[in-house]
Amino acid sequence: MNEPVRRLSVVVLVMFLALMVAASWIQVVQAGSLNADGRNVRTLYREFGNFRGPFVVDGERIVYSAPIDDPFNYQRTYTDGELYAAATGYYSIVFGRTALEQTENSLLAGSSDALFWNRLRDLFGGKEQRGASIELTLRAELQRVAAEELGNQKGAVVALDPRTGEILAMVTSPTFDPASLASHDSSEVNDAYAELDADPEEPLVNRAIAGDTYPPGSTFKLIVASAALQAGYTPDSTVYAPDEFPLPGSSATIENYGGESCGPTPQISLERALTISCNTAFADLGVTLGWDVIRSEAEAFGWTDTFRVPLVVTPSRLPIDPDDAQVAMSSIGQFDVRATPMQMAMVAAAIANNGRLMSPYLVDTARASDLTIIQRSEPTLYGAPMTSAEANQLTQMMVSVVENGTGQAAQIRGVTVAGKTGTAETGNGTAPHAWFVGFAPADNPVVAVAVIVENGGSLGSEATGGRIAAPIAKSVMQKALELEADS
Amino acid sequence: MATVATVRYQRGRGSELMLLGISALITVTARGLVDYHADVLVISSMVWFTVGVVAVMLALNLALRRWARDADPVIVPAVAALTGIGLAMIRRIDFAWAARGEPTHFGQTQTMWALIGAGLCVAIIFALRDYRVLRRFTYTAGVLGLVALILPLMPVIGREINGARIWIGLFGRSLQPAEFAKIAFVIFFAGYLQTNRDTLALAGPKILGIRFPRARDMGPLIVVWLTAVAVQIFERDLGTSLLLFGIFVGMLYVATRRTSWVVLGVGLFLIGAVFAGTVFSHVRVRYVAWLHALDPDVYESGQSQQLVRGLFGMASGGLFGTGLGEGRPDLVPYAYSDFIIASLGEELGLTGLLAILMLYVIIVHRAMRTAIGVRDGFGKLLAAGLGFSIALQTFIVVGGVMRVIPLTGLATPFLAAGGSAMIANWIIVALLLRISDQSRRAQAVLA
Repeated sequence: MNEPVRRLSVVVLVMFLALMVAASWIQVVQAGSLNADGRNVRTLYREFGNFRGPFVVDGERIVYSAPIDDPFNYQRTYTDGELYAAATGYYSIVFGRTALEQTENSLLAGSSDALFWNRLRDLFGGKEQRGASIELTLRAELQRVAAEELGNQKGAVVALDPRTGEILAMVTSPTFDPASLASHDSSEVNDAYAELDADPEEPLVNRAIAGDTYPPGSTFKLIVASAALQAGYTPDSTVYAPDEFPLPGSSATIENYGGESCGPTPQISLERALTISCNTAFADLGVTLGWDVIRSEAEAFGWTDTFRVPLVVTPSRLPIDPDDAQVAMSSIGQFDVRATPMQMAMVAAAIANNGRLMSPYLVDTARASDLTIIQRSEPTLYGAPMTSAEANQLTQMMVSVVENGTGQAAQIRGVTVAGKTGTAETGNGTAPHAWFVGFAPADNPVVAVAVIVENGGSLGSEATGGRIAAPIAKSVMQKALELEADS
Repeated sequence: MATVATVRYQRGRGSELMLLGISALITVTARGLVDYHADVLVISSMVWFTVGVVAVMLALNLALRRWARDADPVIVPAVAALTGIGLAMIRRIDFAWAARGEPTHFGQTQTMWALIGAGLCVAIIFALRDYRVLRRFTYTAGVLGLVALILPLMPVIGREINGARIWIGLFGRSLQPAEFAKIAFVIFFAGYLQTNRDTLALAGPKILGIRFPRARDMGPLIVVWLTAVAVQIFERDLGTSLLLFGIFVGMLYVATRRTSWVVLGVGLFLIGAVFAGTVFSHVRVRYVAWLHALDPDVYESGQSQQLVRGLFGMASGGLFGTGLGEGRPDLVPYAYSDFIIASLGEELGLTGLLAILMLYVIIVHRAMRTAIGVRDGFGKLLAAGLGFSIALQTFIVVGGVMRVIPLTGLATPFLAAGGSAMIANWIIVALLLRISDQSRRAQAVLA
């Protein structure tokens, strides 16, 4: 019976070899992905045990880790949670991290390679590992004004510094308080999350960059105008502006807002067409220019790109292979054209910065706990969708919009403001989205904004971009100008 | 001219003492680290613990010197090391729960069970001077095993815990009779197979190049298979069912040397497994959790949470572990019992885990060597069966935790918290020591 016993020993050996291989697989090969798994609270616990760096806006901590006497050691504290939720996201023992809490995690937690020497020093100095603080490009007062002006209307505001791409304000409404998700009581967190998640108003969605993208409506005429300028048009070029534009291949027509005429004759200037936001003129212009021209212009401004600020911005969309009727609709920002508020702010910023589009960004500086700078963002060029001359011409046209046209509510005393309104039809009987994009001062811009108020906000179906979105943009730009003057 | 040749041979009691010293060092260091990281390290209590551990190790060594001086010198040190590591980890998890405000006291009870186990081991070595006596109780053992298996199903004493009806309540404690049934069955199988091996080895029809046994000899295999299936159905204990059937098939192979028995056994087992998987939801859930553990739906439904949390724990340990007392093994349900191997993987790392698995390999290897060395068939079957039972039990539970096979509940021998398993496995150790003592003494005389 010795032979079968020996064979049985071999079987046992194989069994244990299998266990050893499995252990190696789990603890070495698979370890990385298991440790990074969002459901792995262990990683969270380890991070919670360390001092997590704060978020800083205008020199003030808006998010920080306060010592607390429980197994987590630190309580993530949000001083003005609702105001900054869209940017910071939350840091939850149950639901993990979102937004900047996620993208900047390795710096905040102190595990980034950039903090290697600091870690080593702390190790030998017997000090606990401390994460870096993250200074944001947001301006507290701008953020506050934007949120107050939006009030309880659904929508978003994005303000950029057109010279650098710094995101000065990013507000989405409605929003939420990350503190409710940062509790260490997991059932409390679960309840709070379930409530936020079930809310039909979708407070967890960042409408500024990652919501359902919106039809840009007449603000898209800036792209068509830019394409026209590039094709050799000038602000004084004559465009065809009938009272009704029949859609090719159908009995439907495009009309102007309220069924009005764009002028006594159907021949008006390009500048005039933009000033009064003449739909028929831009529909005809779009068909004349052809979709390829408009598409490549839109893409130069960032459409269809996915990019990070470092939060991921949902790509803005364009229709694929539209027929002439669809090109006409698309040229006034309807049909399948969609844009994020961030994208529209980038359009304004590019025009403001002489046609040079700077990449938008949210994180200015990362500092180690000893205040040494670890990382500092440098402005980078996203692209140059227009020439300086074209940008100046378009600026002149946008000034006309605010001075004589649909955007008069954005006028600021003593400052030349450039802008464009938009009132985007949403179909099926709901009130239109109200848009305003613009920048100020027109000759030397320091701020570019995009505002959207969903479904007409407090004005409902009476709303237009000029009535509801322009005043909000005005307040934000005014505050930005004040801040610029103070600095 | 008559000369008396005196043959010198290594009994190994000295080596054993040295190895026991290492085991004691591991046990004491592990506890010291645990206490240190829980901020409860008290020198005086460490000294008393050390004295206690050394005393137990010395007692084991002395008992073997007195009553089983030729017994295998490696088994007890390996078992003692595993027990010591287990005690430290269980104590560590008590501390973790205490820190969470829900104190548990598995460590103290486990220490008691380990002492009882070691004591019982000595008692058996003292009382049982010849393992061959056990052969007389072949059928008694078989009946006792069956009774032990059925006990949890009895009213009043039977207890159902976590869906498995494998416990009985006795004097306010719960007991897992299946752990003892395992030993009874190994004795029964050894006696029965030794008697009937010739019949069972008779050749029958040849299919696909393998000679199969005669159909009329299939009875015992079918009976054991049905018993295993019944355990699955009525007690919902997949682990014990697999263990008992596996032991029988293994021993049947050793007794008859016929691969065909293994083929038949594995075939029957697969039929049972597929049948259980299609008919019983509690079995199907295990399969799904095993194959799709990381799948979000399966995880969210809670079916694979324990398994996945164990994986997370082991992953966080990596190559060298977080260090004893430095990880969070308490995040895994049953970190002190069914999932103690995941806890050890987390805090001791892959390195520690491989060392622990090697200890099992050593124990089983020594058991198999004993089986080869002993001269009578009953002894061979008994030693091989007992060794294989430890190997299979470890494989079933550790393999379950590591997703090699579906997860079933069984105690990790010597490590996991649980009195029944601790005592039963120390009884196995006693039997192995007794067999090896007799076999090595006989060899020495022959030499």
